[in-house]
Amino acid sequence: MASAAKRAPAKKADAKPGTNPTTPKPVEFNKQQELDAYRAMLLIRRFEEKAGQLYGMGFIGGFCHLYIGQEAVVTGLKMSLIEGDQMITGYRDHGHMLAMDMSARGVMAELTGRKGGLSKGKGGSMHMFSKEKHFYGGHGIVGAQVSLGTGLAFANKYRKNNNVALAFFGDGAANQGQVYESFNMAALWKLPVIYVIENNRYAMGTAVSRSSAETDFSHRGISFKIPGIQVDGMDVRAVKAAADLATEWCRSGKGPIILEMLTYRYRGHSMSDPAKYRTKEEVQKMRSEHDPIEQVKARLFEKKWASEEELKEIDKEVRDIVADAVDFAQTDPEPDASELWTDITL
Amino acid sequence: MSIEILMPALSPTMEEGNLSKWLKNEGDTIKSGDVIAEIETDKATMEVEAVDEGVLAKILIAAGTEGVKVNTPIAILAVEGEDVDQAAKGVGEADETPKAIAVAAEPAPDKQAAVPAAPKTEAAADPDIPAGTEMVSTTVREALRDAMAEEMRRDQDVFVMGEEVAEYQGAYKITQGLLQEFGTERVIDTPITEHGFAGVGVGAAMAGLKPIVEFMTFNFAMQAIDQIINSAAKTLYMSGGQMGAPIVFRGPNGAAARVAAQHSQCYAAWYSHIPGLKVVMPYSAADAKGLLKAAIRDPNPVIFLENEILYGHSFDVPKMDDFVLPIGKARIHKPGKDVTLVSFGIGMTYCTKAEAELRGMGIDAEVIDLRTIRPLDLDTIIASVKKTNRLVVVEEGYPQSSVGDFIANQVSQRAFDHLDAPVLTIAGKDVPMPYAANLEKLALPNVAEIIEATKAVTYR
Repeated sequence: MASAAKRAPAKKADAKPGTNPTTPKPVEFNKQQELDAYRAMLLIRRFEEKAGQLYGMGFIGGFCHLYIGQEAVVTGLKMSLIEGDQMITGYRDHGHMLAMDMSARGVMAELTGRKGGLSKGKGGSMHMFSKEKHFYGGHGIVGAQVSLGTGLAFANKYRKNNNVALAFFGDGAANQGQVYESFNMAALWKLPVIYVIENNRYAMGTAVSRSSAETDFSHRGISFKIPGIQVDGMDVRAVKAAADLATEWCRSGKGPIILEMLTYRYRGHSMSDPAKYRTKEEVQKMRSEHDPIEQVKARLFEKKWASEEELKEIDKEVRDIVADAVDFAQTDPEPDASELWTDITL
Repeated sequence: MSIEILMPALSPTMEEGNLSKWLKNEGDTIKSGDVIAEIETDKATMEVEAVDEGVLAKILIAAGTEGVKVNTPIAILAVEGEDVDQAAKGVGEADETPKAIAVAAEPAPDKQAAVPAAPKTEAAADPDIPAGTEMVSTTVREALRDAMAEEMRRDQDVFVMGEEVAEYQGAYKITQGLLQEFGTERVIDTPITEHGFAGVGVGAAMAGLKPIVEFMTFNFAMQAIDQIINSAAKTLYMSGGQMGAPIVFRGPNGAAARVAAQHSQCYAAWYSHIPGLKVVMPYSAADAKGLLKAAIRDPNPVIFLENEILYGHSFDVPKMDDFVLPIGKARIHKPGKDVTLVSFGIGMTYCTKAEAELRGMGIDAEVIDLRTIRPLDLDTIIASVKKTNRLVVVEEGYPQSSVGDFIANQVSQRAFDHLDAPVLTIAGKDVPMPYAANLEKLALPNVAEIIEATKAVTYR
């Protein structure tokens, strides 16, 4: 990451040698892992591009926050999870749901506000859930998911199961007070929670340097003795390596850990953000030099693990899934009027 | 199979925009993600990215065109293997780009679907207490503790967390003995961090546990109100019924004695505003026990408002193995025929005293204890008003948008013809609670106000 030299994972002066983890080397993927990661990230990218298009056509209303550029983060983390591990995130959540194997149809139909949406059309882009897939939302209040995710980890510990909760939040949410209230309790009670800080450099339109006194978010747990590492969030192998380390850390009863994912969103904060707070060159440079999907593609070609045709086959398969989801999301009816009054209380 | 590129909407409210600039020319190859044009909206200049790949066959709307309606075709894209010139002549039959649909537009007023009526819920009646059941004089404090202990014995998923609930045995000793019986894993002292532990509780509830979150007072729950309302109350709806939060938030609410403005507020009306919450505010020890047990079993988030002054009051509680009361059902505390007095929580102490004095004056008042503020048992109130034709509502909370206001409004809509006098509401005075003993007393409702109001509505 030449351009991101100063974003390279920092060595920790404060870390006690031998006790606190340091950024691991990216894992070497085998052919199947590379292909799986390629397909998973491409699905998110193509899905989000279509979502952006449908928004432009008025099929999707309200707010719509796209995950394009950040695909490696959730994809690499998912590769380390076992059945029952939970995820919770903020409003930039479509990628997380696809990574958790929630149906593309269900997500897209929720975006269009239809009956077959994951929340029957009553949640929208920012509010979707799946008990079955262990995805706990989709939250529109910046930072709330951090306390909630800590509660998911509390439930794991209470039940003495071996599961880990992943609470995703951004560099913006990292400045919310309840994040630190949660850090304190998670460390105090040794809860199995991975705090994944997706640092995409901008909290809506405010650059990290303008909003954060400590811009190294992996250090944000120091007061609570929570270790943290910085990870190249554009390299799915680096994310997987960090995920292996963090899940093992939590499962072995050591308590919470922070993973700061250095990542980048290509699109604006939401669909209506012209992104004037950064240069086109900056965006272009990230896209051309660090794109998470292109990196995998290049390795697949380099190792001759896939031909152009084979990847095109995957592309087509992904496009078909997305096209099917779009078709469903446009033709599925709106929820019945009677749904207005359901699901308020049980 | 060419594709029409449409004028996009770039904000929730955009209807048209100016096509200020094309960044690609006819004949250029386009990849998905390429910026092809710039559009000016009322808010900003936005870039339009290509979604599909192909060759820009024809530009339909020239740069500089103003007021281009959303969804107008602005260009034609020839996809791979297609003849660009052919594509430029017109969009193929099998256009794969979805067309904008009527749903995107505002429905015509006359086509607007009628709002379906809210479903009517019927609260169950109180359980029968078998004749000969022993009644045990119990404080509200003990009743609340017993309710939690019984439910914790019954269900391993129930646990209690809050400030000083474990080793200290509860700031108001409501959790006395629970640590000893259930251990540190189920009786959990939290740091002083209401926002955080409320969120942790809701998260645990979303994962299927049944937390009882104690606030040292509901005044401190203001720090946590976002988690209570935005996370606990709304998740069931936002998830289409998939996931909710079976959680109880409990603790003392309202004025105690001489603790001044920041520690003396009643939140009954606040929480009663929120769909997705149930709000319980008991007066007697029996109701405190039976309703707290119900609240713990309830699959919804329940706000359970207690009162510090009532903690030490004793009432008869039936000695039964499993005494559970229905949430949402008011209790007729004392039947009467001349006027209906409605109150809840500590407001009942004023009403019961007033009722005794009124009896001496020859006025037979019916006293209703709401017990639950949401869902509100309007049926019981209205049935009473149809009998007495007069209503006075008493509460300690602030007067504007109070529980009494809502009741007065509903009664005037549903039983106007039965009223012989306006509904009078008695509330706390519209001031922050003062510290001085005399001022505090003035700020709270009192028995004389109730008697005066009752005489007014009975024209005495």
